[in-house]
Amino acid sequence: MTRENKKIIAFCCAESAYRAADRAGRLRIRYPDNVRVIRIPCAGRVSVLHILKAFEKGAAGVLVMGCQEGACRHLTGNIRAKERVKYAKDLLKEVGINGQRVKMVNFSPDMAQKFAREIEEMAEKIKEE
Amino acid sequence: MIIAERKPLEEIRNMLAGYKRILVVGCGTCVTICWAGGEKEVGILSSQLRLASSKDGNELSVMEAVVERQCEKEMVLEELGDKVQEVEAILSMGCGAGVQTMAELFEEKPIFPALNTTFIGMPEKEGLWLEMCGACGDCFLDRTGGICPVVRCAKGLLNGPCGGTRKGGKCEIDPEKDCAWVLIYRRLEKQGRLALMRKYYEPKNYRVVKRPGKIEALEA
Repeated sequence: MTRENKKIIAFCCAESAYRAADRAGRLRIRYPDNVRVIRIPCAGRVSVLHILKAFEKGAAGVLVMGCQEGACRHLTGNIRAKERVKYAKDLLKEVGINGQRVKMVNFSPDMAQKFAREIEEMAEKIKEE
Repeated sequence: MIIAERKPLEEIRNMLAGYKRILVVGCGTCVTICWAGGEKEVGILSSQLRLASSKDGNELSVMEAVVERQCEKEMVLEELGDKVQEVEAILSMGCGAGVQTMAELFEEKPIFPALNTTFIGMPEKEGLWLEMCGACGDCFLDRTGGICPVVRCAKGLLNGPCGGTRKGGKCEIDPEKDCAWVLIYRRLEKQGRLALMRKYYEPKNYRVVKRPGKIEALEA
């Protein structure tokens, strides 16, 4: 499978990561095009099932991108997301999928470079396997 | 409430080996509360089964359903209806009673349990459930301040505490667990009923409930 076919799903919190993605676009920062950004109201909206379904539908990597710890607009959404990502890693390991294919990342809205870097890192990771 | 735990994925997959179309059935009552077999857990297990089988290159069609109470025949029939005809096997995420109710209703299909039913208990806090009742059929709670020594004392003593109580009121078998008899003492002390601690209780009659248990309402 070519890298182009290996999709990465990035669940992006509208308050932080989605803005960082937007900023990355406006600054013309290049990042792999096999990522699909999904805007969500808060990282805490992502459930374990969303992550599993993404893999079921053919994603090779999933990124859950939320606010910095302590900066969640909904107070604990990002902490919940972190716990759920941890749980999803265990569930994926149980079926024989590398747990590193799902990752929680924390952002503030101006971290455009970091956004591009995280996508790049995940793209490299899924290419290796 | 009945508390259960999900079996390891490998064990579940071994049970299902050879079947191509299965129905995963959750239960909306006890096992939903203890995060073992509710709608969400049905989704997670079904997803895991699909992922694992596609990874192995096997084709597996997994249907999902949740019955409000899997131990009630009417509710099972109402919810599952024709779905059962479309599958080769059923994976129940209900307690042992749910599995057997479905096994009785759908005799022509193999039913597999996805959970280990463990005890009757209560949620202590989010994600923690404790055993409270052993369904012994001869309730003793009037004498113990509402704390059951049959299941909450590691030795099931009716005349406690034993000599193994640790400092701080913990059990000698597990320092993480409270000594039930210390709890009983403190509860009775609060109620001014400590005299009950001085009484000797005869061994319990564990044969009160004849297995298999059966209760028939007089009015029925």
